[in-house]
Amino acid sequence: MKSVKAALFIFIGVFVLSGCGTTGSGESGPTDGEGGAGNGYDSGASTTGIDGGETYGAGAYAGNSVFDPANPRGTRVIKFAFDSSEVAAEYLPVVAAHAEYLVANPDKSVVLEAHADERGSREYNIALSEHRGNSVADLMKFQSVSPNQVQVMSYGEEKPLSYGHDELSWEQNRRVEIIYFGE
Amino acid sequence: MLKRLFLLLIILPTPVLAALEIEITEGIEGAAPIAIVPFGWQGMAAGAPLDIGAVVAADLSRSGRFKALPTRDMLTKPTDATKIRFRNWQALGQDNLLIGQIRETGAGQFVIQFQLFDVYKGEQLAGYSMPSSAKSLRHTAHRISDMVYEHLTGQKGAFSTRIAYVTVKRLGKGKSQYRLQVADADGFNPQTITTSAEPIMSPAWSPNGEKIAYVSFEAHRSAVYIQTVFSGKRERVSSAPGINGAPAWSPDGSKLSMTLSVGGSADIYILDLITGSLRQLTKGYSIETESAWSRDGRTIAYTSDRGGKPQIYQIPVQGGKARRLTYEGSYNARPVFSPDGKSLAMIHGQGGDYRIAVLDLDSGLLQVLTKGRLDESPSFAPNGSMILYAAKKGERGLLAAVSADGRVHQKLVMKGGEVRDPAWSPFK
Repeated sequence: MKSVKAALFIFIGVFVLSGCGTTGSGESGPTDGEGGAGNGYDSGASTTGIDGGETYGAGAYAGNSVFDPANPRGTRVIKFAFDSSEVAAEYLPVVAAHAEYLVANPDKSVVLEAHADERGSREYNIALSEHRGNSVADLMKFQSVSPNQVQVMSYGEEKPLSYGHDELSWEQNRRVEIIYFGE
Repeated sequence: MLKRLFLLLIILPTPVLAALEIEITEGIEGAAPIAIVPFGWQGMAAGAPLDIGAVVAADLSRSGRFKALPTRDMLTKPTDATKIRFRNWQALGQDNLLIGQIRETGAGQFVIQFQLFDVYKGEQLAGYSMPSSAKSLRHTAHRISDMVYEHLTGQKGAFSTRIAYVTVKRLGKGKSQYRLQVADADGFNPQTITTSAEPIMSPAWSPNGEKIAYVSFEAHRSAVYIQTVFSGKRERVSSAPGINGAPAWSPDGSKLSMTLSVGGSADIYILDLITGSLRQLTKGYSIETESAWSRDGRTIAYTSDRGGKPQIYQIPVQGGKARRLTYEGSYNARPVFSPDGKSLAMIHGQGGDYRIAVLDLDSGLLQVLTKGRLDESPSFAPNGSMILYAAKKGERGLLAAVSADGRVHQKLVMKGGEVRDPAWSPFK
């Protein structure tokens, strides 16, 4: 636990530094635009699934602190700037909160579903979204989350949340969704 | 408008439904006038099983290099060379004339004869007789288009080739159905070769046109498959942890380059399809993806953001120093070599729009060919005449094509769904 605290301390330091000059409420974190991403990991496939896939999207999250909107961990979608894989300062506490939970609950694990907006080429966007997923995963691992608890899945522009061809839609689609196994 | 009406008219009488309806949107001025007389019919039934002349007329018009005379404007409709009055066709301003006959030689068996004339010289340029089964009549018609095109332009026709593409149908509740389809180059005879509830991407034809490599997320993670088009038999060639994407065939078909991220970041790897050995070509934390083999098979062009923004680089297949090829604009990605190897088509971002551009490798000049906001996935026709690409309109994706000189534009619209990721087959 000591190392976790040390990591968190460094982490918060990073946040404070990078948060300098930004206005607004890093503390409360952004509200989760997707209503807690309750749609979860709804694969909808008839083909072979990865292990544990059958429990995805079961939606049994009522009352679980992970989904408490007042908790930074209630935010499960991290948004990114165009062609960037840098986790914005406002999301650092969100990642930290999830990391803390994962460290405290080594039996839990997450899939980081990483996405891009539709602009540019499809395969480049797959790679770009993987970088986004890796950025989040690296932050979590930096806080002593075991690599076994974090998996990145990059979908590029293939699974948009919003189908519009405008900045509003693109902003929704440039994201990493933190999805807990079995919840 | 006239052209649209004409295409509609000739599409209607055909028995096979087109999945993609092709519409020439720009660039028919300056096209060479050609009269294609409805082919004569000698057989048991009242009429020919296929209006071959109409298929040929549609093919040639679609190339943008020819303007077919509407049949209603024809004064006579000869099906036999002795009945041709060249002066009539001269008066109609036609450069060339194509006539033909379909003869039934047995049950479901036909012989198609055709003759191509120079109207001004009053000379025959070509004359052929081809056997065809009932099933392959459309294909035979496309082969006639190929021959006419080659005689008149000196360039091999690509009308009898095929296209592969991915369709997406949204089923609601966040579920979708993805299909990998193969159709004739004119959008007819669509056949689904793979269906999945998860994304399918990046189809790539093998150089002999027998196989298609593609990416499928059907196992909830990406994997690269190679599928034999006719048998439907397939093989999973890569399912490493992380990305398995962007398959591209070497010109001799013995190797497949791919993007894998098993090493930590997207890099280009070369899989030897004969020995099964895998070799990493690029290394680094930056994104390296979308490899394309040069025609001589010695170098690979690819997208890299090593300089901060995606640009096109080129590297020897054996490895070595990468050379940057694009300098214009802050976004250049997804390179593909022209069949003659002299240019690269790519996605070029400018002022927030993403368009198809062609880079002349000798001069370094970049020409933007399209006008969309979100154009992507360029693929050359095997004769280099056209570039097929994906575009977006409203909430839908559609295919479009542009001539390599940017003059002719066409749209391939699929009814009731989205279509993307086109790949034009090689010559067979």
